[in-house]
Amino acid sequence: MKLIAADADQARATGPNVLKIANDANPAEVNLDGIERIDLHFPKFTDGRAYSQAFLLRRRLGFKGELRATGDVLVDQLQLMQRSGFDAAVLRADQSLAAAERALALFADFYQGDAAHPQPHFTGSQA
Amino acid sequence: MYHYTDFDRQFVQQRAAQYRDQLQRHLAGELKDEDFRPLRLQNGWYVQRYAPMLRVAVPYGELASRQLRVLAKIARDYDQPSAEVLGTALSKQAELGTQSLAVGYGHFTTRQNVQFNWIALDKSADVMELLASVDMHGIQTSGNCIRNITGDALAGIAPDEHIDPRPYCEIMRQWSTLHPEFAFLPRKFKIAVSGAAEDRAATAWHDVGLHLIHNDQGEVGFKVLVGGGMGRTPIIGRTIREFVPWNQILNFLEAVVRVYNRFGRRDNLYKARIKILVKAEGQRYFDEVEAEYQAILAHDGGQHAIPQAELDRVTACFKAPSITLDDTSAAAESILATLSTKDQAEYQRWLQQNVKGHKYPALRAVTLSFKRLGLAPGDASADQLDAAADLADRFSAGEARVSHEQNLLLPWVRASDLPALWQAARALGLARPNIGLLTDIIACPGGDFCALANARSIPIAEAITERFQDLDELFDLGEIDLHISGCINSCGHHHSGHIGVLGVDKDGREWYQVSLGGSDGSALSGDAIPGKVIGPSFAASEVADVVEALLDTYRTARTPGENFISCVRRLGLDPFKAAGNAARHETRDAGQVLNVHLNSADALTD
Repeated sequence: MKLIAADADQARATGPNVLKIANDANPAEVNLDGIERIDLHFPKFTDGRAYSQAFLLRRRLGFKGELRATGDVLVDQLQLMQRSGFDAAVLRADQSLAAAERALALFADFYQGDAAHPQPHFTGSQA
Repeated sequence: MYHYTDFDRQFVQQRAAQYRDQLQRHLAGELKDEDFRPLRLQNGWYVQRYAPMLRVAVPYGELASRQLRVLAKIARDYDQPSAEVLGTALSKQAELGTQSLAVGYGHFTTRQNVQFNWIALDKSADVMELLASVDMHGIQTSGNCIRNITGDALAGIAPDEHIDPRPYCEIMRQWSTLHPEFAFLPRKFKIAVSGAAEDRAATAWHDVGLHLIHNDQGEVGFKVLVGGGMGRTPIIGRTIREFVPWNQILNFLEAVVRVYNRFGRRDNLYKARIKILVKAEGQRYFDEVEAEYQAILAHDGGQHAIPQAELDRVTACFKAPSITLDDTSAAAESILATLSTKDQAEYQRWLQQNVKGHKYPALRAVTLSFKRLGLAPGDASADQLDAAADLADRFSAGEARVSHEQNLLLPWVRASDLPALWQAARALGLARPNIGLLTDIIACPGGDFCALANARSIPIAEAITERFQDLDELFDLGEIDLHISGCINSCGHHHSGHIGVLGVDKDGREWYQVSLGGSDGSALSGDAIPGKVIGPSFAASEVADVVEALLDTYRTARTPGENFISCVRRLGLDPFKAAGNAARHETRDAGQVLNVHLNSADALTD
């Protein structure tokens, strides 16, 4: 997962192929043609709507570009984000990169399928 | 019982390691209070009135004796406040008139968990590792995620059971555990499962209630209820699907929760539960779920369809233990022969109230009563937890169950062992024959421990228990559900009590609303329904008198054989209201009849 420091994100201009989808929007109603990156927003880290949006974009709508988490993005949510289909996250300014990398490596495997590994553990086929 | 695989065990250990990392970052100042809060909550750690509270998950209520012994160790070694913490707590409690607080106790909850009240936060990671050593944890016992899945304490042994729900509960436990999409829902989410004719899991009062059934073709599946819940707006769950095939239940639940996650209200925490969404959207919510479910099956590949092999693997864990049925009736006879006439009568009462029939005719299910004077409802000391583990080993194949009514049940007792078990349980003070009777009170910990409570529950339960010590009187009154909550969050399930007591506060004093006619959905009580408040709030000193006045009204008006709840339904509230009002002394004499409005000072779960 690509981890981006908050200030690095500020510096980068958003291009025409970047789409921001509001936290309460329905991803199914968005035209994804030519879109290379989608930013989903966490207004508060406890607002979990973007996880479902990410899952739908990846699994249901087959979006292949970068899916980036923005807003109140904390270290301890990264694994949830990754499993829901995000592959990039802009960390909140006060977050530690070392703790982020530790958090991403804590679990070997999970029970249920997710956007990254659709097959649940019980099928015996999860990577 | 379910047997942990290496994977399951490693998973819980990794979770304990993750929590230790988070705790260390928090204690080092790297993880701020507000950022740590949801993390500790999702491991069962609240911060309560005087100390942290830990809620340990007991999935669908099943406990092994080795797990009970670790719970005993936690109670003994860790549920111990420092002198300073206890001193502060006691001096604050003294203002309310309480002189002591229980320490060293586990507390059985209505949702089949076990709570501790005094564990220091800096020891919390040690406790998680201790729990992990016996395949236990606090994962998702709090927080806005899918909580511990609850079930019928008689699952797998009840004569009225169609289908044993435990393998399905375990598969759902695994599916919901650390589900990445559903860790930050609008609010908490509770699932209860029943597979019997009698609903012993209060399914209609849950966000999702599941009934395992056979359809007309004899296939196994689930009837699904959604949108039930208590709190400030009590709502009964509605049927969203008459039948979901058993192997598709995870895909269906995924649709139910995903639609809730996307559309549930987040602007107002009081309106964030799924019941509000279901109430507001009705058929539109149902249609969304159906469309989402169909998309999961058709487009996503329905990847959470449960393979038969997985059901078989998990089911094999729940095989009945092998119990030798050698004839010990002579020993039983000799015990009974030594009993006095008085003890004989008490034993007979215990058989009647605390011992239930079993799927296997030679066996019985026995409830150990954790409802007696001097003990808060559902509280078990370290020694009692150890003793219960010994009883489970000696009499119940090493297994116990936490019941929705906050007692401990032994599921595998040989009928011929009943006299010996009764003697042993009585010596421990756990054989009071009051299961299902008035003093089998459901109560939350209330203001003595809980930071959210508006009033104390324990002293109210104690006053009622003290008033109704006479077993002849209790038996005469018959089966009555009395539920007490210390605040509108309803952890004591006051809405579903035949008699419900709700603590409210006004101007810094404790008051109590009394309601009548609630039902949890059992055969005795009829369809689930919230009780109705019988008038302005009462003072603490009046509650036991009001309860007695309600019961006197019943005793006077009942027809032969008519139980309390039926009598309430037949007569309506008026005669009971009048009796309750006549029992006022403090509020009447002081001219203090209070209508406390609930939308001012109530609380939200941490």
